[in-house]
Amino acid sequence: MRVNLTVNGEARQADDVWPGESLLYVLRERLGLPGAKNACEQGECGSCTVYLDGTPVCACLVAAGQAEHRDVRTVEGLPGPDGLDPVQQAFLSAGAVQCGFCTPGLVVAVHDLLARNPTPSDPDIREALAGNLCRCTGYENIVAAVKLAAGA
Amino acid sequence: MSTTTVGAGAGIGTSPLRPDGTLKVTGEFAFSSDLWADRMLWGATLRSPHPRARIVGIDLTGAVATTGVHAVLTAEDVPGKKLYGLEHADQPVLAMGQVRYAGEPVAIVAADHPETARRAAAAIVVEYEVLPPITDPVAAIDAEETVHDRGNLLRHVPIRKGSLEATAPVVVTGEYEVGMQDQAFLGPESGLAIPAEDGGVDLFIATQWLHGDLGQVADCLGLPPSKVRLSLAGVGGAFGGREDVSMQVHACMLALHTGRPVKMVYSREESFHGHVHRHPARMWYEHGADLDGRLVYVKARIVLDGGAYASTSMAVVANATTLGVGPYKVPNVVVDGYAVYTNNPPCGAMRGFGAVQACFAYESQMDKLAAALGLDPVDVRVRNALEPGDTMPTGQVVHGPAPVADLLDRVRAAAPPAQRGDDLRELPGGVANTTHGEGVRRGVGYGIGIKNVGFSEGFDDYSTARVRLEVVGGEPAAVVHTAAAEVGQGLVTIQAQIVRTELGVEQVTVATADTTVGSAGSSSASRQTYVTGGAVKAACEAVRAAVLRRAGRDDVTLRGGRLVTEGGEVVADLVDVLGDRPIEETVEWRHKPTHPLDPRTGQGDAHVQYAFAAHRATVDVDVELGLVRVVEIATAQDVGRALHPQSVRGQIAGGTAQGLGLAVMEEIQVVDGLIRNPSFTDYLIPTILDVPPMRIDVLELGDPSAPYGLRGVGEPPTISSTPAIVAAIRAATGLALNRVPVRPEHLTGT
Amino acid sequence: MEFLRPSTWDEALAAKAEHPDAVPIAGGTDVMVELNFDRRRPPALLDLTRVASLADWAADGDRLRIGAGVTYRRIIDELGGRLPGLAMAARTVGSPQIRNRGTVGGNLGSASPAGDAHPPLLATGAEVEIGSVRGVRTVAVADFFQGPKRSVLAPDELIAAFLVPAATGPQQFAKVGTRNAMVIAVCSFALALDPQRRTIGTGIGSAGPTPLRATEAEALAAELPWEGKTLPDTIVQRFGELVGAAARPIDDVRGSAAYRRHALAVLGGRTLRWAWEEHRCA
Ligand SMILES: Cc1cc2nc3c(=O)[nH]c(=O)nc-3n(C[C@H](O)[C@H](O)[C@H](O)COP(=O)(O)OP(=O)(O)OC[C@H]3O[C@@H](n4cnc5c(N)ncnc54)[C@H](O)[C@@H]3O)c2cc1C
Ligand code: FES
Ligand code: FES
Repeated sequence: MRVNLTVNGEARQADDVWPGESLLYVLRERLGLPGAKNACEQGECGSCTVYLDGTPVCACLVAAGQAEHRDVRTVEGLPGPDGLDPVQQAFLSAGAVQCGFCTPGLVVAVHDLLARNPTPSDPDIREALAGNLCRCTGYENIVAAVKLAAGA
Repeated sequence: MSTTTVGAGAGIGTSPLRPDGTLKVTGEFAFSSDLWADRMLWGATLRSPHPRARIVGIDLTGAVATTGVHAVLTAEDVPGKKLYGLEHADQPVLAMGQVRYAGEPVAIVAADHPETARRAAAAIVVEYEVLPPITDPVAAIDAEETVHDRGNLLRHVPIRKGSLEATAPVVVTGEYEVGMQDQAFLGPESGLAIPAEDGGVDLFIATQWLHGDLGQVADCLGLPPSKVRLSLAGVGGAFGGREDVSMQVHACMLALHTGRPVKMVYSREESFHGHVHRHPARMWYEHGADLDGRLVYVKARIVLDGGAYASTSMAVVANATTLGVGPYKVPNVVVDGYAVYTNNPPCGAMRGFGAVQACFAYESQMDKLAAALGLDPVDVRVRNALEPGDTMPTGQVVHGPAPVADLLDRVRAAAPPAQRGDDLRELPGGVANTTHGEGVRRGVGYGIGIKNVGFSEGFDDYSTARVRLEVVGGEPAAVVHTAAAEVGQGLVTIQAQIVRTELGVEQVTVATADTTVGSAGSSSASRQTYVTGGAVKAACEAVRAAVLRRAGRDDVTLRGGRLVTEGGEVVADLVDVLGDRPIEETVEWRHKPTHPLDPRTGQGDAHVQYAFAAHRATVDVDVELGLVRVVEIATAQDVGRALHPQSVRGQIAGGTAQGLGLAVMEEIQVVDGLIRNPSFTDYLIPTILDVPPMRIDVLELGDPSAPYGLRGVGEPPTISSTPAIVAAIRAATGLALNRVPVRPEHLTGT
Repeated sequence: MEFLRPSTWDEALAAKAEHPDAVPIAGGTDVMVELNFDRRRPPALLDLTRVASLADWAADGDRLRIGAGVTYRRIIDELGGRLPGLAMAARTVGSPQIRNRGTVGGNLGSASPAGDAHPPLLATGAEVEIGSVRGVRTVAVADFFQGPKRSVLAPDELIAAFLVPAATGPQQFAKVGTRNAMVIAVCSFALALDPQRRTIGTGIGSAGPTPLRATEAEALAAELPWEGKTLPDTIVQRFGELVGAAARPIDDVRGSAAYRRHALAVLGGRTLRWAWEEHRCA
C-alpha cells in the first residue's frame, strides 16, 4: 500500500508498504530517516520516539497506515536554521551521549518535556523520561543535560 | 561512516566534546542497523526451539519456494571451517546434526523484505529428536551425559596460597548465587555484508574487536583474511556482548551466495538468544579471621555455567578465581573455580568478566564477618585492605597505588543523602502508589571490588596505531587510524586528545576503525584506553622523532604547530618542516607481559594492572511488599589519570547502574534450558526512576607503569555496586539475601 | 494483509462485519508488539484512530460515557478529578509515550489479566458498550472478561465506549512491579468507597485468569464505622486478608502466586486506610 504523510514539514510518500509495517520501519527504511532507533520494537525503550501530530509516541508501535495524512517530526527535524536545538546542544555539552543509541529518542522526549514544563523538578524529569532506556550513562548526565537545557 | 575531526584545543586531562556527538544528537550517526545499500537483501535466522536435540532432517522446500527469497543456507553451505570461537572453536556457524542450546542458529535466509525473510525462515521444517537437556552446572561437572564429545568441565582453575590447613577462631560461611545477566545494549546486533569483485566481502559491523571477528569470519568463509575487510559501523553499546561473533559469518555467507548486499538486524527477542550473557554463578565461601577481624584464610568454590559453547569462559573463570578473595590481604587461600558446559544459553564476556560474581560473594562474606565480630563493615574491610606491595592469591605483587582503604574511607565520609520527601516518586514503587511511607525502612551498605585491566595469562595483548602528520590547507594536521572499536566509551575523543597532546597540532582526524590497519585488540577488559591509548601515544612519539630528525634537532618539543625548545624558543614551524612530505608511522604497542597460571597452584603474574572502586548504597525498602528504591550511591574510584574527566564520570555512572540492575531486577530466567523472558517487557533494566543521583569521587593516583599513569575505568564501577546495594537491603531488612537479583519474594518470604 | 481505514463508526462496524477476522488497532501498543515480535499475522488490520467519535467523552446522566479511543494521557489530564482511581491507574501505564497512544478500549480489547484499567473499572461497576451492525449492547465489566486475553466480544463486535459513574467518594489504585516505572503489574488493586451508598468497590489485577473482584472484602462495608470514625486495625487487616484470598494467582516470570496473595493483602489494607483517611477528612 501507499502511505502519504508529512515528515519534518515535508510531504512524503512511501510505496509498497506492507500493512503490518511500523511507522518506524517506514521512516528508517523507506524514507531515509534512520534517526529514530529500533532498540526493542516493543515500546519499552523509547529509542524510536517521534512526534506524531505534536505528541511524542513510539514510532515502532504506530502502524504505517495510521500515519496516513499525519504530521511526523523526528529528531532530524529538530535543529533550527541556526543549528542544533538547545536540547541537542545540552546533550552534547553535558556528556549525556555515549553510544548514542538512546539519544535521538531522549532528545525528542526532553524537547517535549521542556515545551510543556520549562522548569521541571528532578522527579518531573525522571517521570517524563521513564520511557527512554539508556544502558550506557546511568542517566546521571542525562538529568544534567535536561537541567542545562532548561536553564538555557 | 565518515571520519571525525575533533574540535580545537583539547589535549588529555580536559573534556572536549565527542567528535561523533553532533551526529549522534541529530540522528545522523550511522549505527550498524542504519546501513543501507542498493539492491540490499535482508537476512533472517532460524533458531532451535530446543536446548538439546538431534537434527533428523531439514526440509527447505517451503522457504525456497517463498517469493522474494534469494538464499536459504544450512551448515552444509558453510564454505570454510564450520566451527568458530574466541578461545576454543567449538561453536557451529550453523547447527550440524544437533543443537546444544535453545536459540542456536540452524538455517539462514536472505529475502527482499525482512518480513519475507522471517516468513521463509518459519517455513523451514526441521525434524528434531528432542533430548533431555543438561542444565545444572554443578551436577554437570562430573555427569556422564555430556554436552560435547569431551567432558563438561571446560576449565578448572585452582589457587593455592599459604597453608591449606589454616584454621581461625572466627569462621563465616555462605553459599551465594548470581543470576544470568544480559548486556542489554540498546543497539541490536546488526551489520551489512557487501560482496566484492575480488570474491571477497566487505563487512560493516558493530563489534568490539574487528580483528577478533576477522580471523573467525575469514576461517569460516574459507577466504584469506585479505579478502575479508571489516569496518566498524556505529556501535549501540556493547558491554561484552559483542566480543563474540553473532551474525557476522551469516551475513557474509548470504552476501557471497546471492552476490548482493545483505543486512541483518536482530530483533530484541533474537538478541537475547544471539549473544553470550554473564555467567550465572554458584559460590561457596568460608572465611576465617582472628578475633580482630583480620583474615586468616579464605576457601571458596566457584562454579560458572558456561552454557553450550566455550566463548570466553576459560578467561572468565580465571578472573573469578584469581580475584576471588577481593582486594584484601589473605595469607592462606584455597579457591577452585570451574567453568562448565551445559545446554543453557552460552555465556561469555560481560562488563566485570568474572569479577562481578566473585565480588558479590566475598563482599557478602565481609559483611557476615563484620556481623560475627560486632564490627563496623567498613572497619573490617579497611583492616584487611590490600596495600601496595601486598601479594594476591596468585602470588602476584601489587605494584603502584592500591588505595583500597582510602576509597572505602571516602565513600564512608561522603555526606549522607537527604531524608526522603513525601513525593510518591521518591518512595519505593513510585507513582504505582504502593506505599505512602508504610513499611519503608532505610538501609546503608558498602562494597569494594577489584578488577584486572587488560588480557591476562600471557596473552599477547597489543594494539596498533597509525599516525600521519601532514600539511592540510596550510595548517599541520594529523590523522590517527586504529582498529579500536568505539562502543560509546569515547575512545575516538581520547585518541584525538592524545595526538593533540603529543604532536601539538589542533587539527586531528580519527579515521574510521577498520582492518586495513593492524589489530587493536578488543574494546573490553577496561583495556582500550590503556592499550590503544598507549599505541597512539607511541605512534605519536615515532612521528615526533621523525619530525625532529628531519629538522635536525633533538632538543625541542611540538607545541601549537611549532618546534619549541624547553626554554620556549620557537625554532621552526611544523608546516615548514613537513612541507609536502607527510610523516606517517605505524606502531604496535604492548603492555608489560603477563604469565600463565600454574595449573596446579594458580600461582603466576597473570594480570597487567589492578583497578579498584568502592560504593556506598543507600536504599529505602518497603519491607512489607519487598520493593526497593535505591536512594543514592556514593562511589570512589582510582582512575590513575583521567584523560577525559567527563567520560570517566560517565563510565562510572553507567557501570554503577548496571550493577544496580543486577542487584535488584536483571535476570534472564532460564528454565529447562529455555529463556522465559527474552524481551524488554520482562527482562527489566533500570529506568531513570530506578537509578538514583550519584556522588562520584575520582582519584588520580597515577600508575607509573601505564601510559599517562592511567588505570582502566570501565569495569570496576559495575563490580561493587551490586554487593553495596544488597548490603543496604540487608541492613534495612535484616535478611540474609544470598542471591542476586534480589526479588520482592526474597524480601517478603513468600 | 489488508489495512482498513474506516472514518466513521458505522463504517467501522460494517468493516468489522465484513472482515470478522480483522484485528482492530487503536493505540497499537499491544497490537504492534505482536506484529513486530512475529506473534500474530492477521489477514487485516482495522484502524480505529480515524473514527472521531471513539475519542470523545461526555457526561451521560450521573455516569460518564468515555469513548474506547480516549488515551491514558487524556484520562489523566481531563478526567483525573472525576475518575481518580482510573487516572491513578493510567498514570502507572507504561511510559509517557505509551500513555499518549494507549487507550482503555485497547486495554479491554486485549483483556489481559494485567491490564491496569480493569481493576478501577471493576471497583466502580463500569460497563462496556459494545457495538456491531446488529446493534448495541452493554456488559458489566465484571462479565466482560472470560479468561486470559478472552472477552465476550463477538467477531463482528467493537468496543464503542465504557460507562462509568463519576467518583462519589475516595478512590485508590496501587500496583506492584519489580521496577519503579514502566512495568507490567505483578499484581494490582483498586478500591472505590461510596460513602452515600456505604459500599466498597474492589478490583484485583494480574492475580487470576481475569481481573477479579474481592466480593467478600467488599461485604465488609457493612462493618465500617461510616460515621467518620477511625478504622479499627482489625478491619483493615481482615479486609487485606480477604483481598488476598480473593486472588487466584499463578507462578510466572513476574512473581510467585504466594507473593501476589501476600502483596494484595498489603495493598488491600493500605488502600483502604488511605481512602478512609480521605473520607474522614472530607
Ligand atoms: C511498553 C509498554 C508498556 C505497557 N505498560 C502497560 C501497563 O503498565 N499497564 C497496562 O495495562 N498495559 C500496558 N501496556 C499494554 C497496552 O499499552 C495497553 O493494553 C493499552 O491499553 C492498549 O491500548 P491500545 O489502544 O494501544 O490498544 P491496541 O494495541 O490498539 O489494541 C489492543 C487490543 O484491543 C483491541 N481493540 C482496540 N480497540 C478496540 C475496540 N474499540 N474494539 C474492539 N477491540 C479493540 C485490538 O484489536 C487489540 O486486540 C504496555 C504496552 C507497552 C508496549
Ligand atoms: S524501538 Fe520503539 S520503544 Fe523501543
Ligand atoms: S548512550 Fe548508549 S544507550 Fe544511552
